[in-house]
Amino acid sequence: MSAAFVIHPLDNVATLLGDAGDRVTLNDGREVRLAAAVAHGHKVALADIPVGAAVVKFGIPIGVATADIARGDWVHLHNVESRYDERSGGFDVVTGAAGDMRYD
Amino acid sequence: MTDAFARGWSGWLRADGRKGVRNIVLVIYTVQCAAHVAHAIAADEEDVQVIGFPGCYDNQYAIRLVLSLARHPNVGAVLSVGLGCEYTQPARIAEAVERSGRPADAFFIQDVGGTRSSTEKGKAAVRHLRDRVRAEVPRVPMGFADLTLGAECGGSDGTSGLVGNPVVGRLFDRVVDAGGSAICEEIVEMIGLRDIILARAADDRARAELEAAYAKAERYCRDVRQYSVSPGNFAGGLTTIEEKSMGAFAKSGSRPIQGVIKVGEAPPRPGMWVMDSVPDPHFMGFGYTNPNDTEGIMDLISGGSQVVLFVTGRGSVIGSPVAPLVKVTGNSRTYARMREDMDFDAGRVLAGELTLDACADELGTLVADVAAGVPSKPEALGHREYFVMYKHQDTPELDRGCRSAA
Repeated sequence: MSAAFVIHPLDNVATLLGDAGDRVTLNDGREVRLAAAVAHGHKVALADIPVGAAVVKFGIPIGVATADIARGDWVHLHNVESRYDERSGGFDVVTGAAGDMRYD
Repeated sequence: MTDAFARGWSGWLRADGRKGVRNIVLVIYTVQCAAHVAHAIAADEEDVQVIGFPGCYDNQYAIRLVLSLARHPNVGAVLSVGLGCEYTQPARIAEAVERSGRPADAFFIQDVGGTRSSTEKGKAAVRHLRDRVRAEVPRVPMGFADLTLGAECGGSDGTSGLVGNPVVGRLFDRVVDAGGSAICEEIVEMIGLRDIILARAADDRARAELEAAYAKAERYCRDVRQYSVSPGNFAGGLTTIEEKSMGAFAKSGSRPIQGVIKVGEAPPRPGMWVMDSVPDPHFMGFGYTNPNDTEGIMDLISGGSQVVLFVTGRGSVIGSPVAPLVKVTGNSRTYARMREDMDFDAGRVLAGELTLDACADELGTLVADVAAGVPSKPEALGHREYFVMYKHQDTPELDRGCRSAA
């Protein structure tokens, strides 16, 4: 089983310290069952985060949920947007490549 | 202060009182047309490095940046080479360098002949300059109180904010406590953190400078529709600029921020400083805040950093001229995969192998080794990437008083 790191008591996400399949153990001892596999360096929800609510890491909002997120879900480009970056929401969830630039 | 930060080594004393950890001859070309000859001059020459500005039209920001690199504590002497048509004048650069107490030389290729004759003339010049600085520049004891360290992050991933940047932040705290200086420049990677940054200000003046620099950066990013977060960051698990910012800001450590300096400006007194590299308003609208990692590293070196830390979760193979680059990763997989390029694995903290404090001590020892002359990995591999671009920044107001050592 893989480990995940929660930085601040207010955080509703944790960062994975290795690839994980079905569950992770947090540095504070809690366990979280994963909805699907989550990769090293990516984030998992520690609580249900309704659409429009803040995703909190380091104790600060790092973005806003664009869909209802359940505890154990992978939290990334497909369900979070920046409050600043207007291109946020248009990036490929796997590669991170921007989809709004024309190449021909 | 732990033993690692009480270390001493030998440096090179410059006329302005600053001390270098290298004693190089810098070849500076003043237009792209002279770039090949400049590199041919430096090829296979020990302690000779190259930077240059590509444009034919001159630019005040670029001249200020080039001069700050030419008069950097690690630079002993300068040869400036132009083609002969361009606005930027090699002889004016050489004169400005000589006024700093360093020997310098300059020529136009069109006055000398062609590629081969200019290369021969340049090689003779750099060898003469190198002989002089090796013989003439005094060696003096040096320690962390004499150091300015810069820190940049690039290719960040989910580990960068967890450990890569925090270990550099811890190192910076210790360098500041030892009487040295530290600089972070990526103000566009502080987006979303306004209140957190302002709470770090040492005094009202620093707070006003940080507030103005932050507001300018936020406005700039909004206007150009570009935030300092990339596909590689996303693939590594970072989701938004706010998330990346919080990780990036961790490398500034926890000590009070003394104020904001601009590109080409050295910290006027020791402590933790933020460098503003964002363009100021100009009718031509040129300049880009953070086009690539190398540009940011050049900025940090322009502030007098004798050694620069580069934190990269996903890995990078760049280096830098003038000041050695030390590459730190918080991702042990990246370290294992790119060991030939990575200097330091901070991922061991995440694996529970050592504490953040012990890790910062170890990194301090590595920085002292590099300062004492041990080549960093990118330095040993011959990486000397540089980037000098057109940009506009208002000329800094240098009214904070002189650096104490000057």
